[in-house]
Amino acid sequence: MLNLFEVIETNNMIEHERLDVRTITMGVSLLDCIDADLPALCDKVYRKITTVAKDLVLVGERITKDFGIPIVNKRISVTPIALVGGTACKSPEDFAAIARTLDAAAEKVGVNFIGGYSALVSKGMTGADRFLIRSLPLALSTTGRVCASVNVGSTKTGINMDAVRLMGDVILEAAEATKDNDCLACAKLVVFCNAPDDNPFMAGAFHGVTEADAIINVGVSGPGVVKVALEKAKGENFEVLCETIKRTAFKITRVGQLVAQEASARLGVPFGIIDLSLAPTPAVGDSVAEILEEIGLEKVGAPGTTAALAMLNDQVKKGGVMASSYVGGLSGAFIPVSEDQGMIDAVSCGALTLEKLEAMTCVCSVGLDMIAIPGDTPATSIAGIIADEAAIGMVNQKTTAVRLIPVIGKGVGEWVEFGGLLGRAPIMPVNRYGCEGFVDRGGRIPAPIHSFKN
Amino acid sequence: MDKIIITVIGKDTVGIIAKVCTFLSDKQVNILDISQTIVQDYFNMMMIVDISHSVCSFEDISLGLDKVGEGIGVVIKCQREEIFTMMHRV
Repeated sequence: MLNLFEVIETNNMIEHERLDVRTITMGVSLLDCIDADLPALCDKVYRKITTVAKDLVLVGERITKDFGIPIVNKRISVTPIALVGGTACKSPEDFAAIARTLDAAAEKVGVNFIGGYSALVSKGMTGADRFLIRSLPLALSTTGRVCASVNVGSTKTGINMDAVRLMGDVILEAAEATKDNDCLACAKLVVFCNAPDDNPFMAGAFHGVTEADAIINVGVSGPGVVKVALEKAKGENFEVLCETIKRTAFKITRVGQLVAQEASARLGVPFGIIDLSLAPTPAVGDSVAEILEEIGLEKVGAPGTTAALAMLNDQVKKGGVMASSYVGGLSGAFIPVSEDQGMIDAVSCGALTLEKLEAMTCVCSVGLDMIAIPGDTPATSIAGIIADEAAIGMVNQKTTAVRLIPVIGKGVGEWVEFGGLLGRAPIMPVNRYGCEGFVDRGGRIPAPIHSFKN
Repeated sequence: MDKIIITVIGKDTVGIIAKVCTFLSDKQVNILDISQTIVQDYFNMMMIVDISHSVCSFEDISLGLDKVGEGIGVVIKCQREEIFTMMHRV
């Protein structure tokens, strides 16, 4: 029988340490909506999403009431739209019409984000892929809930440098298109290498073509719980430290597993995966940076940061894997700058630089995330940063991503405010030396030698 | 068996358990286990109850206990048992 202290521990995690389930994301395949006629396609897409996901928000709210665990977001991911709209769309404007349809469907079912306005171009781009990528500034500036991603490389295919170069331009254009709104379009746009098919977290969620018709993926969170647990392990050696993180990650993930099972059963949609990521929010006490500082760093970015993050990431996975029957997505520790108060503080006091963040992405779960850079950064430099990050992912056989926000009209030291979960960020300096000669070459970087495992 | 965990947290006063138990008895909710402790002057109580023979749904019991809690000046929470067993039992 349960005892009082176990019950108090769980409720303390929820009430005081910000334990929550970050998102229930329903993946919906739109492959059966493909039509050569654009209005007919949009109609089918709208009807499918509003039918399959009609109870998603209600079920999420019921689960919260039944178990007393907050479920912060209910979201939808769909089949990459470049595949769905390929036959119907003859221009970027045509693709933007699908984006508006997704936005309307998301609003109708009450989800706050819908992901999958995406193109998978790790080896080459079709005409449709190019149109979709070209449509991103228009699509993201004329919708509120649509999230986009472009996969530009993988360990198996190498890096599509044409796509990388194009994304340099597109990110700047997206920033320009929303310059009166804190360049918000760029916060909804991720460039991936090795993108997973079952990621529940935005902005990079899409429903992979390898997936079933509909699926429930759940993203857990809980940096605050890990931090509080580590406060009790102050001064202990690494064995105790790692054991504490593992145990805590296990407990957090079990809650995600329960929510995923319940949501799956109540919606009649199969359970896909749990994503074990520690996902911070701008709230104090909900920060991955604070965990790293609790581990012993004076500030994130100090020497030792990469090692501490590598250890944290690994222990989270080890604890979480046993707690769930299926683990997937990005799983690890997220290090977005604007969404994590500890990261924001470390950048503002000069402890954390873009280069150190890049090193950290070699061992964290994703990449350079929610980083504000000067609005006058050249497109070629943005492409260079994307190429660096994709190379880290390609060579290390891991997912990496770039979500940069060039803040038009602002420079280093100024701030950008997104509000809500997206937070605020100081604008960070980018290396002022160029890389045009490199990124303008065209073509692709071949897959690394260790990808040939057949 | 349909087990629910009821937790009561608040300033210790006379009759907290009595009022909660009276409410549960009216709704034909069977109490399986009760434990309590005082942490920093705060009354912490947990009940494990079975609502499978109750005349009310989980939602009604939860809302009803909210009102009982307001009357006494304590916070009463109802949660299905699984969130605790998932976390604390392998």
